[in-house]
Amino acid sequence: MSAAKDYGLIAIAGVLLALLPAATHSNTVINALVTVMIIGLAAQGWNLLAGYGGQFSFGHAAFFGAGAYGNAILQARYGVNAYAAVLLATAIGAAVGATIGYLSFRSGLRGSYFALITLAFAEVFRIIANAAPLTGGSAGTLIKLQVSPQNFQFADRAIYFWIILAFVIAAMLLMRGIERGRFGAYLVAVRENQDAAAALGVDTLTVKLKAITLSAAMTALAGAFYVQYFLFVDASIGFGTWISVEALLAPIIGGLGTVFGPLLGALALHFLGEFAKAVGGRTPGIDLALFGILLVVTVAFARHGLQGLLTRWSAGWRAGRPA
Amino acid sequence: MSSPDIWAAVVLNGLMSGAVYALIAVGLTLVYGVLHIINFAHGAMLSAAMFAAYLAYLAGIDPYAAMIPLALVFFGLGYGLQRLVIGPASHGDDQNILLITLGLSIVIENLLLAAFHSDTRSIDVPYGFSTFDLGFTFLALPRAVAFGVSCLVALLLWLLLAHTDTGKAIRAVAKEKLGASLAGIDVVHIYAVTFGLGAACIAIAACLLLPTYYVHPRVGNAYVLVAFTIVVLGGMGSIGGAIAGGLFVGVVESISGLLFGESLGQLGIFVIFILVLLLRPTGLFGARA
Repeated sequence: MSAAKDYGLIAIAGVLLALLPAATHSNTVINALVTVMIIGLAAQGWNLLAGYGGQFSFGHAAFFGAGAYGNAILQARYGVNAYAAVLLATAIGAAVGATIGYLSFRSGLRGSYFALITLAFAEVFRIIANAAPLTGGSAGTLIKLQVSPQNFQFADRAIYFWIILAFVIAAMLLMRGIERGRFGAYLVAVRENQDAAAALGVDTLTVKLKAITLSAAMTALAGAFYVQYFLFVDASIGFGTWISVEALLAPIIGGLGTVFGPLLGALALHFLGEFAKAVGGRTPGIDLALFGILLVVTVAFARHGLQGLLTRWSAGWRAGRPA
Repeated sequence: MSSPDIWAAVVLNGLMSGAVYALIAVGLTLVYGVLHIINFAHGAMLSAAMFAAYLAYLAGIDPYAAMIPLALVFFGLGYGLQRLVIGPASHGDDQNILLITLGLSIVIENLLLAAFHSDTRSIDVPYGFSTFDLGFTFLALPRAVAFGVSCLVALLLWLLLAHTDTGKAIRAVAKEKLGASLAGIDVVHIYAVTFGLGAACIAIAACLLLPTYYVHPRVGNAYVLVAFTIVVLGGMGSIGGAIAGGLFVGVVESISGLLFGESLGQLGIFVIFILVLLLRPTGLFGARA
């Protein structure tokens, strides 16, 4: 696909999504859209590391939580300006990513081992955040409600949606750029065969470190924005397994290692969740059980996710036969 | 605090819980050693087994009496899960297996949540609070039974692996999959048998835990992270390592619980886990992973 066509598609998606708040004034819908975008951004971070780089993290909550707590603590305890706090929190998340990445990649951990150690780091952070005075212990940390654009707080929820949408679109443009650049080629080489890539002169440690740092920064930005929107974080929100799982489910369901995958997947997960609520009523766990089934089915039957299905169908129609 | 009696009691207690940890870890490490996958659904399967034992108790069957039937049922479930779901769905790719078992754990855990809600339940058996007097401390009967049965299961498993044709086939597949299949071993069948054995270990562990522990849809997670630690500590795939690692972690947890309190004791396990992964991912006993 040509560059113009790709960037055009991303722009069209952005414009169409940006028009959504015009169609509704319901806060419930806007809330849902914002949540979908937050997950889409966290998922794009996961997609960079796992979809392109082949390093499957089961603990992206570590980065989401670093961004969320970073933002909340900087504002609530140190009175830092909200915009600066979001930026700093993103940097903190990137630093956490670089540290975890350096420790695990330098020790040569990959595959299941890497998944396990990221899971363990996220759990350690969760236990600490649940007990430490700095994070507010099990009570969590609140940001004071002071609605004013200076505080990155808006009365109109649609503004939050446009901001997070802009982040998501920017992340997609960045991914498209990376995908076709040298860094993207190195990443895919590491994913496909790390030893061969190293033998051909790719500095695999540096490539993986760059990937996890950037990945963590995206996910941390999603966490920081989450706090900015809901003004609250505790250990089970920031470092809970839910975000590790959703950040991984969305790209896999949408299309692993594709620019549109995480966003498609986040939207699909949301509709599936709503469907589960409509069918299962208030029974807890039904939505997540469906997500799990979807994960198994996607891996078993649709390796390239929704994006792959769309491509296959459109190719089928263009050839004059339904796929 | 520093009296030798207290230390002896703490170590003994650690060994008792360590034996059950070891049993859970043996199931995990057996599957890893043969299939070379980490079964992320192990914890959810433990929760499911505990609920199965709980339902059996509600139906009037003592957990200890339910142990052997449940082990057989879970062997069948494990066999079917590997043969019908994990094997075909993963197309033989390691990353896929990782994702499939993660997906299964999400499904099992949340179906349990949907069926039983998040209430914490426990059962009341007549021997729940029976104790032996050992002179320096009292030993709870259910914990002693758990220790004894865990050791017995480990011994049986070792006999099975060392002295039966199935055991030989399992070891052959673990060492050299292609060679084993050329020698006429049905690799797909052996994979499923191994997975079934892991599930049976879990069912036995569940019956041993139930008299003294509570049931909850996520109860397995706490155990399984400990089991991962043990498996890595003992060397992935090494059964002897898993038993030694389980007892070691049980004692460490018990001692750090005495010194630092419960919640930080839990942290200690993760810290050990991360350090072992970073510094010695092949395990303390040096088995090649």
